[in-house]
Amino acid sequence: MTTQTQLTPGVKAPAMRRPAPRPTGHGVAGPLFASPALLGLAIFLVAPFVLALVLSFYRVQLNSPRPARFVGFEQYTRLFTDPDLAPAFGHALLNNFTFAVIVVPVQTLLALGLAVLVNRKLRGMVVFRTFIFMPLVFPLALTAVIWRLIYSRGDQGLLNAILRVFSGGVFPSHDWLGAPSSALGAVIVMSIWQSVSFQMIIVLAALQSVPTELYEAASLDRASKWDQFINVTVPGIRNTLIFVALITTIFSFRLFDQVYLLSRSGSIDRQSTETVMTQIINTGFDNNNVGQAAAMTVIFMLIITVIAIIQRAAARQRGGVS
Amino acid sequence: MTTSTTVRQKPRTSSIKRSRRWQAGLNYLLLTVVSLFFFLPVYYLIVGSFRPSAEVLSGLSGFAPVNLTLENYVGVFEHLSSSATGYFGQFAAVSIIVTTAVVAGNLLVNSMAAYSFSRMKWRGRKVLFLLVTVLTIIPFEAVALPLYYMFSGQRDTIHIQALPFIANAFSIFLFYTFFLDVPVEIEEAARLDGAGPFRTFFQVVVPITKPAFATVAILTFLAQWGSYLWPVLMVSDPSVRPLPLAISVFQNQQPPEWGQVLAFGTMFIVPVLAVFLIFQRWFVASISSSAVKG
Repeated sequence: MTTQTQLTPGVKAPAMRRPAPRPTGHGVAGPLFASPALLGLAIFLVAPFVLALVLSFYRVQLNSPRPARFVGFEQYTRLFTDPDLAPAFGHALLNNFTFAVIVVPVQTLLALGLAVLVNRKLRGMVVFRTFIFMPLVFPLALTAVIWRLIYSRGDQGLLNAILRVFSGGVFPSHDWLGAPSSALGAVIVMSIWQSVSFQMIIVLAALQSVPTELYEAASLDRASKWDQFINVTVPGIRNTLIFVALITTIFSFRLFDQVYLLSRSGSIDRQSTETVMTQIINTGFDNNNVGQAAAMTVIFMLIITVIAIIQRAAARQRGGVS
Repeated sequence: MTTSTTVRQKPRTSSIKRSRRWQAGLNYLLLTVVSLFFFLPVYYLIVGSFRPSAEVLSGLSGFAPVNLTLENYVGVFEHLSSSATGYFGQFAAVSIIVTTAVVAGNLLVNSMAAYSFSRMKWRGRKVLFLLVTVLTIIPFEAVALPLYYMFSGQRDTIHIQALPFIANAFSIFLFYTFFLDVPVEIEEAARLDGAGPFRTFFQVVVPITKPAFATVAILTFLAQWGSYLWPVLMVSDPSVRPLPLAISVFQNQQPPEWGQVLAFGTMFIVPVLAVFLIFQRWFVASISSSAVKG
């Protein structure tokens, strides 16, 4: 990372400033090379993004004989006032925020803790790392299926059985996914299981890039391990931690696969786990209310953009270089 | 002075040694607990797939590797044996075809665009590249529904499952950062030898930036192999159903056959797990370089 930023200006700038002789110009080849990807992005990202904005001002259904009708901001006002819609959408927003408020700090700290742990030079670490990295390759759909069994209600459920053994039979069995009090928590744990090693690998790479001289200087100053961690490690990987928090926040708002799969099989409490994305799909796809879902999509996009801007600003403000 | 310090340090080193051993023990204890949390669900998936279906959900004994049998695997193929249910082989074929097309297309199209942005001179490239970096923040979820509206006429085809994921702003960005590290002299030498932009790129630049291609390939593969939202919207015909959607339909069968569900899941993940175990370093390297964005 650092080598790249250092190398680029030194190597590239003189080559670019040189007055371009004819053979270096790429008036034809340049756009030609870029056009397939740009075309793809235009069709599959920019066009639907614009279309979402447009559709959100219409009452429109797919394959309906009735033509789309312009309704102005009605879809947006209904989202927050219509008694049939507003409570459900409010729940969805609240669930996403709750999920983010819990998962972002927990998962970022967990990623940091795990990275510090597996960064130690201990015999057999390769094996431990392999175990910890494994969930990386698990699709969320499969993750949800496995955890659905772990969370099974009644005495047969694995988690219930484990808790019963460790509590000496005191802990009563619980319907983890079905009970409103624990459903979101259950989704949080399975989501962290699947994705924390991704963040941890990013933090690990940052830990290994903190210059060792800084630790040597700190230990000459007789700084304790903890002081070194707070004064050398954390500032050294600060930007990475912000990056990890950013992608985790955005993950939290994209939450869909696990929840949708489990709600389709009826094994999860809906109200406490509904997310903006499941609302969009239920409204636009299952109920064919495309205009309404488009308005939700626009709000979803606004949230994502705001998060991205806030966190970029935070990274720039105090981060300095890199 | 020297003698006094050595004398004083003697008892200290032994106490340091003891605390080191303590620390190592504590580390191993922590590592074991953490590894169990991550590994037990994987173990349960695989062992459960070989247990009689009725014994999968039976408290802690669900973990025991006893009464192993292949009946769940036979059951999966017997259960999925008509065009109404779809066939396991068909689901796997769809996933393999779509994922291969997305990974191959992604590597080709985005590396060329990144090369054009990082090394070629043409009007508008700076503005367009800035636009691409802005697009990296739009997640697929934000366009899934309007995209479904646009392409609802293409539902239940293979190509529509792959096409939206070939051009990828983040892949362009990753390739771009890798290409910046290629010394300009190498390309200049190629150009002096009379190579045009195509030959320079494919025969000179691509071979020396293999890690970039491995990185994008792995990240794209992981995302695509588990792709679920887009198939939910675009696929209802079992003959073009990919594995993630197929397992979500399969786990809903009544009455539930949990052993079969786990056998399905094992066949879904074990090939990937095997590749991961062999190329673990590459997976780790590609994920850590995905953070160049920060």
